[in-house]
Amino acid sequence: MSKTRRLSSAFLGLPYIFWAAAFIVIPLIMVVWYGLTDENGAFTFANVAAIADPAHSKALLMALLLSFLATVVCFLLAYPLCMFLVELQKGSDSFLTMLLIVPMWMNFLLRTYAWQSILEKTGIINTALTALGFAPLRMINTNGAIILGMVYNFLPFMVLPIYNALEKIDKNVINAARDLGADGRITFLRVIFPLSLPGVISGVTMVFIPALTTFVVSSLLGGGKILLIGNVIEQEFMVAYDWNLGSGLSLVLLIFIIINVVISAVTEKGEEAKA
Amino acid sequence: MKNELIHLNHISKSYDGKIVLDDLDLTIHENEFVTLLGPSGCGKTTTLRILAGFETPDKGSVIFEGRDITSLPPNKRQLNTVFQNYALFTHMNVADNIAFGLNIKKKPKSYIEDKIAYALNLVGLTGYEKRSVTTLSGGQQQRVAIARAIVNEPRVLLLDEPLGALDLKLRQDMQYELIRMKNELSITFLYVTHDQQEALTMSDNIVVMNQGYIQQMGSPESIYNEPENAFVADFIGDSNLFPAIFEKDELITIDGAPFPCVDTGFGTKKPVDIVIRPEDVDLVEKGKGLVSGVVTDLIFKGVHYEMCVDVNGREWVAHSTEPCAVGNEVDIYVHPFNIQVMNKPASEDEEAVRTDE
Repeated sequence: MSKTRRLSSAFLGLPYIFWAAAFIVIPLIMVVWYGLTDENGAFTFANVAAIADPAHSKALLMALLLSFLATVVCFLLAYPLCMFLVELQKGSDSFLTMLLIVPMWMNFLLRTYAWQSILEKTGIINTALTALGFAPLRMINTNGAIILGMVYNFLPFMVLPIYNALEKIDKNVINAARDLGADGRITFLRVIFPLSLPGVISGVTMVFIPALTTFVVSSLLGGGKILLIGNVIEQEFMVAYDWNLGSGLSLVLLIFIIINVVISAVTEKGEEAKA
Repeated sequence: MKNELIHLNHISKSYDGKIVLDDLDLTIHENEFVTLLGPSGCGKTTTLRILAGFETPDKGSVIFEGRDITSLPPNKRQLNTVFQNYALFTHMNVADNIAFGLNIKKKPKSYIEDKIAYALNLVGLTGYEKRSVTTLSGGQQQRVAIARAIVNEPRVLLLDEPLGALDLKLRQDMQYELIRMKNELSITFLYVTHDQQEALTMSDNIVVMNQGYIQQMGSPESIYNEPENAFVADFIGDSNLFPAIFEKDELITIDGAPFPCVDTGFGTKKPVDIVIRPEDVDLVEKGKGLVSGVVTDLIFKGVHYEMCVDVNGREWVAHSTEPCAVGNEVDIYVHPFNIQVMNKPASEDEEAVRTDE
């Protein structure tokens, strides 16, 4: 490629580079700055160490647990669905893909509010149950409601990468496994699943991280009773106005995100090196 | 006669109403190298896939050693396939790819290791065990695919245009390799290709297919020298394919000019097709041949020259090691033995076969 071509293509990236610098890099630096200083601007580890406070560590563990469960549920729903979609002839699957994607076009908050009115004490389900003479169920403000909200909102992020990975697998590779004596189960375990692993890994990352950091789902469906680390951080910023503590806890969360991203990058690289 | 191993019993198959195989009946004997040859869409790959078990025929049955295996899944069949695009397991190394079938059969570790070493030696890739298959060249990947199939000691090896993606030199080398492997392993090979040269080089028997029909079956020599119809003559090698009149036994006329031939029994004054291979067209001095013409084209082809001769508006192609300059007036002589007389297509179906290719 000529030098001018390279220059002009670099130019195409400029708007985003400015955008990223202004709204991603600088805020991130500010989070690090606030997180590692006290209100007088002096360096301190206290904000980060505050994660050891039982209230904070409990919220972090709860967030890790619920987002882990939500990721598992997403995976268990998405994988069989993707296998089904791939099995269908191409062209006829676009309707199902639409069904999956259309909810994503609706506002995230709106969808979560919708779940609130479905699960409420006097919501649709309980109204129906009482009308039929059953006792109402306690659904809202439970861990289950939060996991449901996470799964509902983040499921497409699991489906799309897995679908892409499965769709890329050459039909003849599956035929080859069958041809070499593998029954359906062995073909899946030794060929289809390993080949779809990159999609699974990126799906897991794309569901786990937003689920880990969410505070909207937990405040709307958890009723403020179940605090996740996202809620704690939100309250430090919005209620207590303690930006230093909020940033310090964000840094802890950031470490978990980085660990997740590194793990997926390493496994994917390993897959690529083999592939 | 060798033992009958496979019988494709009157098989028909269509996709979305389009007929791909129409009442195909084919017998393959033990230890044969059989090639299914034809243009794309002729049904040759479908035939192979039905035999491997990836497709089920709409009508007919697949008989293997006298047993009906039509509904047997691929993993229960004693056949292994080498795919056109190799279809290797990209998440495994060379040794794991080759060991795949043996691991499923739960063979002992030492047996598997011996087999891998043997197979890699056979395909000339000793020492490649731990290599990732994606780092290999196309030819090497093809060899791994062959090794992966043969370690299972299949009764039949199915090869679906396995050399299609390789360059000419490598393809020729691999042809010899395959013949050598076939002799060493003494298993039956069923080979699918659209390359007539490949088919002529390797096969014991060639099955020429078009539009779901078998056009002709026989040894490479008989297919080349005695094509049964215009499609086969045209598909196998260069040829002069002309309409002619079968005047009487041992005499035909081409555009009115008489040519003695050796064929008998086509009737009298009957329209026929004839084929004359370019290497059998002798260009001789004026007055010494059967018809006269003018050389219109001269092309050097390496082992021979190709000359086009205009004879009263009809173009004849001749191959010779002696060039003949453009514009020369020459005579054409054809030895009676080298004229192959064929019946005109009897039905519209067969006519379609001819004009479609």
